[in-house]
Amino acid sequence: MIDPHTHAAEPAAERPVGPTIGPTVGATVERAVELRSITKCFGALRANASVSLHAGAGEVLALLGENGAGKSTLMKILYGLYQPDAGQIIIGGQPVIFRSPADAIAHGIGMVTQHFALVSTMTVAENIALGAGGGLFNRARAETRVRDTAARYHLQIDPAATVCDLSVGEAQRVEILKALSRQARVLILDEPTAVLTPQESRALFGELKQLVAQGLAIIFISHKLDEVLAVADRVTVLRDGSVVGETSTQGASAAHLAEMMVGRAGFTPTGAGLRAHPAPPSSPNSSASGTAAGARTESGIAQDQRSSPGESPLLAMHDVHTSRTRGLSALRGVTLDVRAGEIVGIAGVSGNGQTELAEVLTGMRHITQGSITLLGHSIANVSAAQATASGIGRIPEDRQTGLVGDMTVAENMALEHVRDFTRAGKLSLLDQVKLHAHARALIAQYNIKAAPSSQAGKLSGGTMQKIILARVLSRNPMLVVAAQPTRGLDVGASEYVRGKLIKQRERGAGVLLISEDLDELLALADRIAVMFEGRIIGSVDSAQASAEQLGLMMAGRSGAQSREVRETQHV
Amino acid sequence: MFSVLRASRGAWLLPLAAVVVTFVITLPLLLIARADPLAALYAFVVEPFTSRLSFTEILVKTTPLLLTGIAVAVAFTAGYYNIGAEGQLLAGAVCAAWLGPLLHDVPSIASIPLMLLGGALAGALWALIPALLKTRINVDEVVTTLLLNSVMIFLVSGLLNGPWRNPVTKMPQSPAIARTAEFPMLLASSRLHLGFIVALMVLAGFWFVTRRTAFGLQMRAAGLSKSSAQFLGVDVSRTLLIAALFSGAIAGLAGVGEVAGVHRRLIEDVAGGYGYTGIIVATLGASSPLGTLLSASFMALIDNGAQEASRSLGVPIYLANIVQATLLVTTLVMLFVQRRLRRLR
Repeated sequence: MIDPHTHAAEPAAERPVGPTIGPTVGATVERAVELRSITKCFGALRANASVSLHAGAGEVLALLGENGAGKSTLMKILYGLYQPDAGQIIIGGQPVIFRSPADAIAHGIGMVTQHFALVSTMTVAENIALGAGGGLFNRARAETRVRDTAARYHLQIDPAATVCDLSVGEAQRVEILKALSRQARVLILDEPTAVLTPQESRALFGELKQLVAQGLAIIFISHKLDEVLAVADRVTVLRDGSVVGETSTQGASAAHLAEMMVGRAGFTPTGAGLRAHPAPPSSPNSSASGTAAGARTESGIAQDQRSSPGESPLLAMHDVHTSRTRGLSALRGVTLDVRAGEIVGIAGVSGNGQTELAEVLTGMRHITQGSITLLGHSIANVSAAQATASGIGRIPEDRQTGLVGDMTVAENMALEHVRDFTRAGKLSLLDQVKLHAHARALIAQYNIKAAPSSQAGKLSGGTMQKIILARVLSRNPMLVVAAQPTRGLDVGASEYVRGKLIKQRERGAGVLLISEDLDELLALADRIAVMFEGRIIGSVDSAQASAEQLGLMMAGRSGAQSREVRETQHV
Repeated sequence: MFSVLRASRGAWLLPLAAVVVTFVITLPLLLIARADPLAALYAFVVEPFTSRLSFTEILVKTTPLLLTGIAVAVAFTAGYYNIGAEGQLLAGAVCAAWLGPLLHDVPSIASIPLMLLGGALAGALWALIPALLKTRINVDEVVTTLLLNSVMIFLVSGLLNGPWRNPVTKMPQSPAIARTAEFPMLLASSRLHLGFIVALMVLAGFWFVTRRTAFGLQMRAAGLSKSSAQFLGVDVSRTLLIAALFSGAIAGLAGVGEVAGVHRRLIEDVAGGYGYTGIIVATLGASSPLGTLLSASFMALIDNGAQEASRSLGVPIYLANIVQATLLVTTLVMLFVQRRLRRLR
């Protein structure tokens, strides 16, 4: 997480927001809904900082921003799920207070989330009647009513169809109809295309045009630039909880939107000191060889293996595919190299295959095609235990997965390599003395604020991450796969984690750093590869990369520049 | 719920309070039945401790409850919800009743281990089917283990009313097992048999495996968080399978104990609901070794108390069962409330 204060300190007005048309545009149409200076905090985290926006009847407003920018929080406030700490919601010129979604619905707000609230064994008409509330249920009348509503808004649906027989796109249509049948005048769609195929997305955009033609206001939440430009009339861009720009989509460029969304490069709140690493990608080993002699590892990163740069990469993935879990979020031909002594960053909007990439490398997911080798040996489709044994240090995306919360710190530190803590013999008795000594040593070495017998799940996120780091890095792994290692951590803990990853590079290990924090990637990585829809869409030398360029690639546009860089890089 | 006993450290007042509350709740019923309430209370909680015989009777009852409790606790520890201890106990009992009469010429030193081994294998075998269904194609084990209980109950009934029925008396009882296959008594003029020692040894084994071996650590990890265990390299399917088989084997031992130590033959209600009570024992004991021992003894005490009260007061056994159930529920509620209060603080 980027330090929120750094961003909050920069006033939005100073940003180059380009063709800002601002309130004057909205003034020409009736304002269906307006949010004024909404602020919402969760503990120390400011999710929304004085956010103002409005949507007019008959227009699609896109709410654009990265994950964690505060889009969903804002819409949950508008839908009555959260109460704002400060600010007002104004509907039809009157301030209103929503204590629950029921209040919001009564004021004509409808919301469609990615998780459909439909009873899958009931018909479309029954599901919609459920949402409509009291009275007697008459199947024929309910179906007629649904048919009428659908016809009015030009939505195609069979009211008698059972929901479980519908496609995802059709189920979403039912959710929209449900909101419409409750007289919604403002429709919030929270990342509606995340669950859709491209064809279904196109159909949805057509339907949305029909809806606004009928005078609805639509708030469309997305982090996909193409979609926003295709469907919205106006865009409000959120970053770190604040509005950083507002513009009409007419004449707006994707590059400009990307820049607003990801922020400008150049400032590295955390990386300024870290950037001092010497290792340019061309000679990653010259700097590492000095330190590695002392830190020579059991896992066998011998110097001779590292002193031949570019000859054979440490990790080589070629055309790796996985079976799709849902939609597009699977790997569709990933080719990637990581060499000893370098940090390769993986950027991308979440859901473009980064999770699967980490899982494939850590023995948590099978591949259907392609090859993965570590120092020439195949590690495709190995088990988690085999992945660890072959010298991969695994820092999982979710700390809850990396630890057994109800076990002690000492047990958690031992579990991954339990065979090292047993005394000889068939019964494999646990050596409690060794187990606790090991835990005490790691706690001291990694400065962990916990006792060996502390329950791991009750510790802070930063402490939990330190335990995982200690467990992984103390084994001197050849390759470290770190998935979102600083997500949710405070500044100090993030710094700590980043420092440890840099130490791994200095030691001569390869590091694959998957992160949604571009500043972190720019500060730490030697090279950044961008994932989009299950592929590496391009890779750039981080010394030459800019946040704008990365933002565009994250949005699926591999510009000529990036392709050029990619070719000059090895790959 | 699972750690109610774990949380009750230093709360020895609690059982006493539970008895008093139960007494108050059941007082009207006792009065309606024209039983002396104080005498009933005495019969329930004091009398079991007044004579050696009644005290050893508690231990006799503790034996199968401890075994089925451990059986369920083993499975729960690994995150496998074995509800089939009743059927697995019966499988062990059937095997013992089949082996027992064949061992006339075999000395006890060989026949008793043979009985135990056979019963454990039979229990494990009966647990194998749901365990394979669970680990291979992810069929919910709660349903399959529960349903197999009924299958085994009918199987026992079929055997006892068919091939094994006493040809003379026509009683649904299997032939008596060989004297050499009977469990020796631990104390003169009591019914406390070798099974009690077996149960304590299994308990020690349970403690040892879960707390002192690498497999036990992995097994607890699998039970506490399947996804974490998988990430940390634990073969969760294999762990579940092994835990399920051991669970079945231990329940099978309970069946052997009832046949070889108490009834000396197979009778229809040999299981006596011990398999189901084992679930309560394990749950109440937080699946921990000490907790399982305490809760098994507690369940045995109130079970015996019910019979004692019914006998000495001449009230129907149902009334005693009501008191027993009230005592159990009261204890559970109080443990729960206490834990909540502790958390609030």
